[in-house]
Amino acid sequence: MVAPTALVVVLVVILPFLAVILFSVAHIRLIDIPRLTLNNITFTTDNFAHALSSQSFWSGFGTTIAYASLTTIGAIVGGLAVGLALRRPFRGRGLIRAGLLIPYVLPVVAAAAIWKTLLNPQYGVVNALGKTILGWDAPIAFLSTTSQTFAGVHVPVTLFTVVAFEIWKTTPLAFLFITARLQVMPAEPEEAAALDGANSRQVFWHIIFPQLRGVVILLVLLRFIWSFQSFNDIYLLTGGAGGTQVLAIRIYTELITRADIGSAAAYGLVMTAILAVLLSFVVIVNRRGERL
Amino acid sequence: MSKRRTVAQGPLGVHVLRVAVIVVALAFSLAPVLYGIAMSLRPMSAIVNNPLSLIPAFNQIDLSSYPTALRSESQGGFGLGRFIGNSMFIALGTVIFAIAFSVLGAYAAVRLRFFGKRSINGMILAVYLFPGIVLAVPLFVLMSRIGLTGSLVGLMIIYVAQTVPVALYMLRNYFQAIPESIEEAALIDGCSLPVLLRKIVLPIAMPGIVATGLYVFMIAWNEYLFALLFLVQDRPRWTVSLGIAQLTEFTVPVPILMAGSVAITIPVVIGFFAAQRLLVSGLTAGAEK
Repeated sequence: MVAPTALVVVLVVILPFLAVILFSVAHIRLIDIPRLTLNNITFTTDNFAHALSSQSFWSGFGTTIAYASLTTIGAIVGGLAVGLALRRPFRGRGLIRAGLLIPYVLPVVAAAAIWKTLLNPQYGVVNALGKTILGWDAPIAFLSTTSQTFAGVHVPVTLFTVVAFEIWKTTPLAFLFITARLQVMPAEPEEAAALDGANSRQVFWHIIFPQLRGVVILLVLLRFIWSFQSFNDIYLLTGGAGGTQVLAIRIYTELITRADIGSAAAYGLVMTAILAVLLSFVVIVNRRGERL
Repeated sequence: MSKRRTVAQGPLGVHVLRVAVIVVALAFSLAPVLYGIAMSLRPMSAIVNNPLSLIPAFNQIDLSSYPTALRSESQGGFGLGRFIGNSMFIALGTVIFAIAFSVLGAYAAVRLRFFGKRSINGMILAVYLFPGIVLAVPLFVLMSRIGLTGSLVGLMIIYVAQTVPVALYMLRNYFQAIPESIEEAALIDGCSLPVLLRKIVLPIAMPGIVATGLYVFMIAWNEYLFALLFLVQDRPRWTVSLGIAQLTEFTVPVPILMAGSVAITIPVVIGFFAAQRLLVSGLTAGAEK
């Protein structure tokens, strides 16, 4: 019964992973594909040497960490706020919930097309509002500005824009997970605490939050993994312009623009390894915390 | 009673904060989508000349962007109708094969204890840990080598492989909700395993299977990266996501682009909300502990 399922896993995870390892130590370019066999691969460690010594790899790594951390924190804080605000039943709650899920359901391509129009410097409504209401001198190129100075502070405009997009798109899922946990939480401890004179903040930190800890950690893991490897959202909005060259976009550039399969595989392997190390660290810290 | 009210609603400050959070979140969630719809109803010249007038007057509503986006290129349109056909074919095929490959495995994981929760969770984690863009490298090489880039079937194979773990996870959650006593009773009455599955388990689990199918459909319909890698040079085979993304790169008028974005969103939004309750329970089952 499990044979078809197991077969798919082997085909999807294990074989490609072995292939990535093989390619990462091989000298292969896209034009080599038609006559590629296992016998005519030239092996080399250049791919790793290039990746690890390249300035662009490490700057991409920094961008990826910033992007993944900010979007993870943003989505979880947003999901917590909305989940708690919608905790008590009231008329119309179902409809509001459905409305809040729209950004998650929307195809990412459609969402990106709409955001690009919204933020367009010539006819987008955000710049039009900024100029008429906030008195901006010039439109802001939200999707191609690596850094702009506002009141003496350097702001990575485009990085913050793609982070805002990702938070917008992923908060609904965090909200769903947190709501699922809130719904099975017993009401008695909170009522008892309130009768004993605890205020809302104390009830949240001492009774509600400890029960949410498990789901928040799960969300930190999932959201960090997903946004660490995010390609679509950033590529569709900026194509990697404006200081948003995350590792996933670097790999795409190596593979398609530079047509260097070996190098793309080496980048990919290093990226996977970094992710695995970061996550095992989180899991170990969490296990230790639970035991204490 | 008055004490209970205080517990339920909290002090006024908390109540105000709660309303404020809901209003801001709702505005933030819906505004871009409403803006997209509004822009699809106005002519391009109106958008450029007056970006701030968002709601078109009733007599100025211009629905012509929708048929123009959908018509084929030879009829002066942008070919979205064709892209929808391609995506329907791929997404429906993906649903059928992904469910066929995962339904038995999910059942086995729940009832036959040799292949437990841990191994499924481990597998899902492995698939998620392995970034899509990294997976794309060997798959691109393999598919190019065997000549399946530029074919809808090649893309479908990738989508099936990518969605089986998610389908497995959701189906397992639905199967777990079926009381085991029903199956035990049937087995005692002399029912064989295949008959048990066909006559009892699958009918009970059908709503969950449909919800899983819908979720898989959404993934395949929305997928962009592999469509870009495999089909970008092959315009007649573009999927909806690839099509809209490519049109964004050309100088396509904004109303057409917005009409296309709204049009490709409608099927997934209807599907999601039709099965919302089941989908949400299947997706978040792991979150309740």
